[in-house]
Amino acid sequence: MPTATDMTPTPTLQTLPGDDIRQIMWRFADRYDLAMMVQACRAVARGPVARAVASGERNTHEWTPQKDALLKAFDEAGITSAFMEPSEGGYIEGPKNLALSLLAFELSWVDAGAATASLAGNLGLSPIHERGTPEQQTYYMSRAVPPKPGENRKAWRYAFALTEPLPFVGVETGMLGGKVRVAEWKDGGEPTLQVDKRGRFITNMGYANVVTAAVDSDDPRIKGSCMVILEETDPGTFDRGTPTKKMVHQLSSTCDPVFNLRVPASRIIGGYTVKGGCIVPNYSHGEIIEAVFRRTRVTVALMSSAKLLSAIEPVIRYQRTRFRGGEGGPGSPRYELGLQQKEDSQHRLIDVWATGEASTSLGFESARLFDQVDPLEKAKDQWLAEKKLSGRAALKELMKKQQEALELVRLSSQPADKRNSSRIDDLAADPMVKFSLLDSLANVFCPACKLWNTGHGATMMREAVSLMGGYGITEDCPGFLGQKWMDAQLEATYEGPEAVQRLQLSITMTNELFLAQFEQWIADMRRIAAQRPGTGACTLATAMRLWLWTLNHVQTATDADGAKLYHKTRQGVTFALADALCWLIAARQFILDVLELAEKGQANPALTDGLLSFVNFFTDLCHVQSARAGGEVGRICAELVHGYNRHPAWDEASCQACYCAEELESLEGIIPGIDSAARACADVTEASGSRSQKAGPCVSYAGLETFIRLRAKLDGCLTGARLAKDRAAEALTKVMIPEALDYPV
Amino acid sequence: MNTAYQIVVCGSIVPDPLQTLEPVTGPAGPALKNEMMLPAVLDPWASHALYEAANFAKHSAGSKVWLVSLGPKAKLQQVMMTVAQKVPFELIALDGPASGFTDAAEVAALLTEAIQSIPGLDKAKLLVFGGWESASRGAGATMQIVGERLGILDQFQGVDELKLNPDGSLEILERIEGGKHQVSRCVSPPALLGWATGNLPEPKNNPQVGMVNMRTAMPALQKAKPVKLAGESLTFKSVSLPKQLRETKIVKDKSADDIAREIVEWIRK
Ligand SMILES: Cc1cc2nc3c(=O)[nH]c(=O)nc-3n(C[C@H](O)[C@H](O)[C@H](O)COP(=O)(O)OP(=O)(O)OC[C@H]3O[C@@H](n4cnc5c(N)ncnc54)[C@H](O)[C@@H]3O)c2cc1C
Repeated sequence: MPTATDMTPTPTLQTLPGDDIRQIMWRFADRYDLAMMVQACRAVARGPVARAVASGERNTHEWTPQKDALLKAFDEAGITSAFMEPSEGGYIEGPKNLALSLLAFELSWVDAGAATASLAGNLGLSPIHERGTPEQQTYYMSRAVPPKPGENRKAWRYAFALTEPLPFVGVETGMLGGKVRVAEWKDGGEPTLQVDKRGRFITNMGYANVVTAAVDSDDPRIKGSCMVILEETDPGTFDRGTPTKKMVHQLSSTCDPVFNLRVPASRIIGGYTVKGGCIVPNYSHGEIIEAVFRRTRVTVALMSSAKLLSAIEPVIRYQRTRFRGGEGGPGSPRYELGLQQKEDSQHRLIDVWATGEASTSLGFESARLFDQVDPLEKAKDQWLAEKKLSGRAALKELMKKQQEALELVRLSSQPADKRNSSRIDDLAADPMVKFSLLDSLANVFCPACKLWNTGHGATMMREAVSLMGGYGITEDCPGFLGQKWMDAQLEATYEGPEAVQRLQLSITMTNELFLAQFEQWIADMRRIAAQRPGTGACTLATAMRLWLWTLNHVQTATDADGAKLYHKTRQGVTFALADALCWLIAARQFILDVLELAEKGQANPALTDGLLSFVNFFTDLCHVQSARAGGEVGRICAELVHGYNRHPAWDEASCQACYCAEELESLEGIIPGIDSAARACADVTEASGSRSQKAGPCVSYAGLETFIRLRAKLDGCLTGARLAKDRAAEALTKVMIPEALDYPV
Repeated sequence: MNTAYQIVVCGSIVPDPLQTLEPVTGPAGPALKNEMMLPAVLDPWASHALYEAANFAKHSAGSKVWLVSLGPKAKLQQVMMTVAQKVPFELIALDGPASGFTDAAEVAALLTEAIQSIPGLDKAKLLVFGGWESASRGAGATMQIVGERLGILDQFQGVDELKLNPDGSLEILERIEGGKHQVSRCVSPPALLGWATGNLPEPKNNPQVGMVNMRTAMPALQKAKPVKLAGESLTFKSVSLPKQLRETKIVKDKSADDIAREIVEWIRK
């Protein structure tokens, strides 16, 4: 039976979404500082960056004058200084996670290597930004700001050196080969340190003036590991090394450097104390990189998202014009629609688009989360410092806040008339409770977007390339799709490859505070589904329920040999569930962004004509994406729930549950029909002892009834998803696109 | 000698030229398909006028630039996200239609009113700039009518250069036939200049300039006066796009001469 949504004539997509739409969906419609930054960055991306790619600058590993000119373009357009505070020479007030994510998105729309070149400077500075002493922050941040007219200085460039030649740091960041020793320590004076560090694949190294490097102590007078600031003029060796022969992000500079330098101990990031004649760094390298990567990984995630969305226009244009000039003049389907006559071409592009939307939604939500977390995290540090708490004691205090946050979530999900509102108000007003709530989300969203946007994004980028046929894998492909596909592999690798993100998720997604909020989201999705059935929110809610059931199940279940399923060594379980979660939260965030558009879009008079068509189209895309997410989650969960049980064999023990043909025959007289009924639902041993040709008796679902019911329900929840896909595909054939791409080929 | 000018630039938005522009007939007469949804840019002719104004003001201490814009407020705001980064100016916004199918006389009346409402407006310092035509309507009439309504007798159209002479007079180059310029000398303001392309490159975006401009541009947009254009004296017999043929070919290793030769052959075909 057709549903209401199937029958309503829907205004179809008229144009590709522009800035008005995006500003609302990604929640910066009220931030003109960001809107301007986006425009400035776009002009650089679609101007000098695109020209560099088109003229073949990617074809060399060397750092060329043309590539170097891009840094100047970044400086002039405010891209470099976007990271800095106004007091340091920047122009954006407050946290900058969303701002930097928008920059990454805009640059990667054309070339993610350009984004890397710009953002790696921030990455190099980030250890100082996140954990540096106030003096270090003032000194190094202000030097990164490009000179203003009339100023006679050069902006310093920064690099971040963590990864080391084999067999040291890679995915495992604990195995540091880089060392620090005390070179000289005069009585009462500041110690001088000897730093020996080799780097592998270090971005910006072709020109960086300052490097923040992770090193471990090789001296009993220094405790543990730390990060140090190295300057190119420090005494000793500052060897940039040879350029990496990389096949990706060639508009950035990557080398394997060698440092043997003497630096004052004041270069230890975050400072140090002297205890018992020993230098104790205030932060280990692990603590610093955790704070850094938490934020910078989000920007990387958005690189892959931008590329997927950037592919839509060139692919539509290619498909439509594919046969023009040949048989069939204007007005004929062959001329007007070209490859868009083929359903598969439409559907696959819809998949690319839906993935691009969901991953962008997830990425920007993560960035916004960190914008909220940043000030709260500072408040938390201050709060703990005031209470003079550190280490375990601090953790204990934070756990208390986490419990209060949990209480808040539970109270808020009670029916309105049963809620203890005054307690809710008290808890909600506590910034530390808020911190706990948001932090538990950020701990999931960051690895989730880094993992899913880049990993699955790379796969979908390949789909986009294939829609361009042979052209897709040439340098002349409009939109540089082939390069973008290959580049996605780096986005999935640097700043922690997929394994690292899965590892982190496998821990953070089991946090009870996260799970309590996840539970609330299921109810939210059902509510949304009641108001907007076409979004696929109901499908998603069922998939979320299935995932949660499975997570709980594997926490206690064992495999056929009695070994625990949810264990850190069992990545086959933990990683798979982490993957499944990403699908869910990406699809959920896309739905939330479309709701935001539907609500806030009405206030923008420029959208009066088109709003409904965008909302309808995106609603269908949401449905497509939710169904796809449901499918993935169903598959993963089913494999985990059943896959670790041993299949019954035709052995004595398993066959006890089988019927005997003779028994059935004798019962047939008393209960007519039992023979065929039993054969339909169970296994039967024939009189000759023979059995059906198959692996063994079918499995029993005892104890898994809820799972079976949920799984079947989820399959049913896919109802309508393909109709939504058909509608979206139809819209693709009608949407008006510009005459030409706004950047060169 | 007075060198502090009040430069008022009139300019509004047009659809981004890369977009597909298709005339359609709407309830209120001719329009462009999906016009409100297409990204817009500042009219290229008016843009040249604005950059020239900013440049002239920079070299004449104490001068100030206004941009008077009649367009749909929400779209104007979007365009300001780029334009406001280019050069310093103060925005005066009028919330109304900016399509190419409005009546030049009506638009000119509203622009004139807005100019006259600038506090402290001093005709002895006034230079009114605009495009000599608009990318959405090449009538070339709007600025002339603004000039007439303001009582400015010295009008120049198709301007490519404005120079300040040591005696304070203005030297103006206007385009005439045959790729030549007519050189005029204007003793003093007020004057009206309808700009052709001028000589300046498009200034680079600079969000820091933008942040300063937006402090006044946002309030100006918020309080933009809604205006209606009656369009009564105007009827359109037919509307069509100029015939165009786009053929794209990617060449990477040909000399400019070879490419030029090929283009000429193509045109002759
Ligand atoms: C172009 C480029 C630029 C870079 N820029 C920088 C930079 O500026 N600064 C910097 O410090 N580094 C940089 N890197 C390094 C990058 O971060 C590392 O390459 C990355 O972290 C992976 O380390 P690895 O190459 O040693 O892989 P390995 O550690 O060898 O891992 C290889 C694979 O093994 C598997 N694996 C490893 N460990 C585990 C585990 N625990 N569980 C499950 N699977 C596992 C995973 O599949 C993983 O992908 C850059 C790299 C490139 C290519």
